[in-house]
Amino acid sequence: MSNNRASFTPSRRKFLMTTASSAAGPVIARAFTGEARAQSAPRNQREPVGVRLEVNGHVQDLSLDVRTTLLDALREHLGLTGSKKGCDQGQCGACTVLVDGRRVLGCLTLAASVDGRSITTIEGLTSPGQELHPMQQAFVDQDAFQCGYCTSGQIMSAIGCVHEGHAENDADIREYMSGNLCRCAAYPNIVAAIKQAKAATQSRLASKET
Amino acid sequence: MKPPRFDYARPDSLAGAIALLAAHNGDAKVIAGGQSLMPMLNFRLTSPRLLVDIARIADLNHISAGADGVRLGALVRWRDIERHPTLAKLHPLLVEATSHVAHYQIRNRGTVGGSLAHADPAAEMPGIAIACDAQIIVVGRAGQRTIPAADFFVGALMTALEPDEVIVEVRLPPWPGERHFAFEEFSRRKGDFALAGVAVFYDLDGQGRVIDPHIGAIGVTSRPVRLNAAEAALAGRAVDEAAILAVAALADDGLDVAEDIHAPADYRRALLQVLLERALRRAARLPDAEQTQ
Repeated sequence: MSNNRASFTPSRRKFLMTTASSAAGPVIARAFTGEARAQSAPRNQREPVGVRLEVNGHVQDLSLDVRTTLLDALREHLGLTGSKKGCDQGQCGACTVLVDGRRVLGCLTLAASVDGRSITTIEGLTSPGQELHPMQQAFVDQDAFQCGYCTSGQIMSAIGCVHEGHAENDADIREYMSGNLCRCAAYPNIVAAIKQAKAATQSRLASKET
Repeated sequence: MKPPRFDYARPDSLAGAIALLAAHNGDAKVIAGGQSLMPMLNFRLTSPRLLVDIARIADLNHISAGADGVRLGALVRWRDIERHPTLAKLHPLLVEATSHVAHYQIRNRGTVGGSLAHADPAAEMPGIAIACDAQIIVVGRAGQRTIPAADFFVGALMTALEPDEVIVEVRLPPWPGERHFAFEEFSRRKGDFALAGVAVFYDLDGQGRVIDPHIGAIGVTSRPVRLNAAEAALAGRAVDEAAILAVAALADDGLDVAEDIHAPADYRRALLQVLLERALRRAARLPDAEQTQ
């Protein structure tokens, strides 16, 4: 196990390779999960910690600097760059992902603190060649973005918003999407997209898909 | 990666957390939702050697209500308050104030205990604790103690917590169903910290006169405060427009109002008066003068 951890070098290509092989089947050993670490004696702070995340349905065992945020773990260690780093201080919402189905900010969440949890990112909504998630399709149909930088955060937040029951009317949608900024100001179209996709997103949830 | 180096532990019991905090003697920080601490770490405003994650300790996320009031476990998240089936009846002021806490993503993770321990002068929960005379229950090596909210908030981001103590619960006194109340705050952007905010509640006697008014303010001084002069002026009066203007004029009386990069002190004083007017009108179910003009 320790060999695996030592050989884990921070190059993006390797991360992508790790991701690909993990998708085929978990490769890195399961030994260094949170349980073992929870009550551990003081250790060298530079020693990486093991974090297990279920990302878009695939179990990922990562060896991380303990300071790594969920957003950095996704982007830098798993090559999932759909979640964006806008402000890195919890103001813009571009890093919104779902943790156990609830929308949270990846930049304000330590990866270690969501050890063992299930994460859904924009990449997990559909696969290449498959139909888009209804919320993605609605953003396309309603022209709900211009530059697109905030869009993955908007879409993940919108799905969370619908799941919570916070998309009952325009005012509700504006209120509960207020944590997602769009510098292109596509807001009216974002509201329209959420209204379009609401029913289909709810029925997906009912049928246990995301 | 911006935070200074720290170690991380996730004990599964309160005793384990307290032991770790005690062993680090002030050089460890409790983390739960992390919605205040993570930005602080990212900005390097704090650099603890150890983060003690209490988020998975059992039995700290209870919401209960009885004859002695409402009890919130330290790990209760804002979403738990908003989505609770009966809290909106049992403590509507708490629920209304919670709707102003940051954005929903943050309300999905941020905790009651975290907000109290962080003690941001503009945060809603410390303001509610002060306005309602809450009791904050903490546990440390020496055992459990109960700290009245008035003694808990010492200054900006400073509390009466000892380095080895963890907040476990906050208790809000009982809330009569007929109580008049309102919470008002102003921030330049939705979800930002308030430049000022007020929480008001009172009961009425048989003649429609105010009994035992409570007025708390956030964002104007280094810690949440009670507006004593305004409370004294409101007590015993019938709440009409003249009373509201007279009481609101005393809003900043005796306060050492903070000036910072976000607003001059005079602006905050004026804002506090306006917010108190609005809150008093809404509490009395009177029309908002600014809208009816």
